[in-house]
Amino acid sequence: MDGHPVNPEPHPQQGLDAHLVVVRGTNPKRGNESATDDSDRSTHRRNASRDDQTFRLDLRLRVEPGETVALLGPNGAGKTTALRALAGLEPLSDGGIILDGALLDRPRNSTGTGTGNNSANTRDRWVPPEHRRIGVVFQDYLLFPHLNALDNVAFGPRRRGTGRAEARGLAADRLARVGLADFAKRRPSQLSGGQAQRVALARALATDPALLLLDEPLAALDARTRLDTRVELHRHLAGHAGAAVLVTHDPVDALMLADRLIVIEDGRAVQEGDAEAVTARPRTDYIARLVGLNLYRGTASGRTVVLESGTVLATAEPLDGPAFAAFAPSAVALFRDEPDGSPRNTWRASVSGVHRHGDHLRVQLDGPLRAAADVTPAAAAHLALAPGRDVWAAVKATEIRAYPA
Amino acid sequence: MPTARTRRRRRIPAALLAPAVLGLAFLILPLAGLLARAPWSELPARLAEPAMLDALRLSLVTATAATALSLLFGVPIAWLLARGDFPGRSLLRALVTVPLVLPPVVGGVALLLVFGRNGIVGSWLHDRFDLTIPFTTTAVVLAMTFVSMPFLIVSVEGALRGADTRFEEAAATLGAGRWTAFTHVTLPMIAPGVLAGAVLCWARALGEFGATITFAGNFPGRTQTMPLAVYLALQTDMEAAIVLSLLLLAVSVIVLASLRDRWTATP
Amino acid sequence: MRTGPAFATAALMLTGLTACGGTDDADATLTVFAAASLTEAVTEIGEQFEAEHDGVTVEFNFAASSDLAAQITEGAPADVFASADEANMDKVVDAGAADAPETFALNQLVIAVPAGNPENVTGLADLDGLDFAACAPEVPCGTAAQTAADASGTDLTPVTYEADVKSTLQKLLLGEVDAALVYRTDAIAAADAVDAVEFPESAAAVNTYPITALDEAPETDLADQFTAYVLGEDAQAILETAGFQQP
Repeated sequence: MDGHPVNPEPHPQQGLDAHLVVVRGTNPKRGNESATDDSDRSTHRRNASRDDQTFRLDLRLRVEPGETVALLGPNGAGKTTALRALAGLEPLSDGGIILDGALLDRPRNSTGTGTGNNSANTRDRWVPPEHRRIGVVFQDYLLFPHLNALDNVAFGPRRRGTGRAEARGLAADRLARVGLADFAKRRPSQLSGGQAQRVALARALATDPALLLLDEPLAALDARTRLDTRVELHRHLAGHAGAAVLVTHDPVDALMLADRLIVIEDGRAVQEGDAEAVTARPRTDYIARLVGLNLYRGTASGRTVVLESGTVLATAEPLDGPAFAAFAPSAVALFRDEPDGSPRNTWRASVSGVHRHGDHLRVQLDGPLRAAADVTPAAAAHLALAPGRDVWAAVKATEIRAYPA
Repeated sequence: MPTARTRRRRRIPAALLAPAVLGLAFLILPLAGLLARAPWSELPARLAEPAMLDALRLSLVTATAATALSLLFGVPIAWLLARGDFPGRSLLRALVTVPLVLPPVVGGVALLLVFGRNGIVGSWLHDRFDLTIPFTTTAVVLAMTFVSMPFLIVSVEGALRGADTRFEEAAATLGAGRWTAFTHVTLPMIAPGVLAGAVLCWARALGEFGATITFAGNFPGRTQTMPLAVYLALQTDMEAAIVLSLLLLAVSVIVLASLRDRWTATP
Repeated sequence: MRTGPAFATAALMLTGLTACGGTDDADATLTVFAAASLTEAVTEIGEQFEAEHDGVTVEFNFAASSDLAAQITEGAPADVFASADEANMDKVVDAGAADAPETFALNQLVIAVPAGNPENVTGLADLDGLDFAACAPEVPCGTAAQTAADASGTDLTPVTYEADVKSTLQKLLLGEVDAALVYRTDAIAAADAVDAVEFPESAAAVNTYPITALDEAPETDLADQFTAYVLGEDAQAILETAGFQQP
């Protein structure tokens, strides 16, 4: 299992240390273009329509052994590209990848400008995917359809030199660990989505990878299976000794499965931290939307924040300088007439949309402050909420979080 | 009434059915014609003729050898065409299909010009190794391979293009080099396409006439395959020709049908 | 001369009638089925015939005699059949499609060798040890080769039994064989590339070329005229130049 490049350093740094720079679009892509998966293809398309010339991923990534980091971001942000670069399915344009102290990819004359040539023969170092100590769980699993579950899991150990019988034994053990001992002889086409996902995980882990890569591992599952599988996956990630990188656009996956989140938009990290930090203090609309917060950018001075639109919000905690202000939809109260009394943030708004959100209704408000508000069905009925209706909105100062931008 | 309606709804559209039936009639009627003209009473005696069995054996052996050669060289060619990234690929693809449009007799002459006694390769083989290819069983196999390999290449290339390359990537992340990924993942996955190509290739080789008689000549037991025997029998004895044709047809249908059953009987 | 059945006579009268009431043979087309070995000679004869008969077009179908015989017995619309052997002519006669064919040419086998005769072939015995091509026994030139070989008492095995005389010669022209047993006419047609070596045993296997007008000929009258023309002096001269012998 220790077939990875020997590191000359006496105390190699364990885990993943990478600076991923991938530039594409300036020169016509060849060859491995067809090798991209659906989400990646949509990446290309989006970028092509947004900017006909280039897409640039520039991401620094450090993952400790045993740690799971989630790359969270919208479609086209570059998550899958990052994962493919780590797997060796796409060469870096610049930067480098070091796994357990071994250099896996470094373009020649790596300067940090990211205009490097993508071809493999102009590189200081290139370790092809088959020689990287990685395991990948693909979005749609990519279980080999001609092999049964057992042989799918045994595939990796076999390629890394384990004998047939031993590899099968190891695979049987791995299948048992994901609770699929009885499904060893099934072909992928005979497995349910959740079972296939677990076989894919067992297959990726069967080689004891130093780096586990998961590409939207739960995206292909229906809501109910996803819930069970997520819990299951969390258990296996916790038991995995190596580093793990999870790519997802689902904040729930990211929050529940990862120790740390990196939010990517347009190829760069916009926010990083543990689940609590990211959800409590979103720094982009994307994250705010994901975690269900109303987010505004402005300038704080004392207990007020002047938003870019000119609206002034009163806050409880003092702060100065460029700031974000955020509050939950549930913190917004709606009234038919202007409410009186107490230091409140109140404004006149018009309802632009109403839809069900769990056991309450989410109301989209237009006006000086575009915001979402949550109300009970009873309150909605009382207010006769419907698109076009004018209401008064109010948020207590103590409900508004302000933090430096 | 409801039953009539459901029946009508399930019916195959006439716009498809009519040409399908006409086309099938066109394909099958000539066979019926052969069957009708066959001298059934003399059949057993004729089938036992050693010359006929020689021709049949030679046909089966050479067509199978040609299919094996086509697989050996055709699959890599198909891979190059489907996955290769080099200038002139579409030109190469067009060239590969040349034997499909070339009249086989011309193909036979072309083979003679290369592998014949005075051919570019043939003269070298002759001078260097005292090897002569024309008029040998090898020549039969080469002629068959020449005309039938394109069928295999086209079929396999189609299968490769349809195959999802991400499975090869998945294999790579599991430690498989490109060659191992090809043999252990891609090839098994495109097996139906390869089989279809091999079947087409075999069938074409079995029926091959023009290139064979031109390049390999006609010598009983050595280069006289069934189609050659049929053609010569037609000169003197139409009934013998029909018997030979039916024998060739029966054997090929049996082989292809049993192959199909075995290979496509996956759970 | 013709002793055809009543319907043929009726057909003759009919065409005669239309000819009278029409344009005197103008724009008539004569269809001649002729053995492949006759291609050059009969084409030339046809051209002369056209030149001497205003408005007549002669069309040809050159193929192996056996193919032609099969086509005729299956009802192909032909006026004249010129066969390279008697066996195929007999098939047509037996099928009731013609009667009283007449021999119009003879042809003999020669040993064709590359120009200059590098292997110094002088007779059948010299073929021993050489790669040579012959026709398959199923076709007339093959039967002739067999008969000649039997007459010589030699046991000769060619490297290939070709399906027809043209492809037999082609193997020699391509340099794949040292010699080929072909008709003199074929050797003469390729005189710039091959020499013809005569051998006495070929006399035992003289090929006879019969011709006949067909009973159901669409142009019965013209068919008879053409048959007679082929037997006449002008056509015979052409045939002789091509290497045929007179009957």
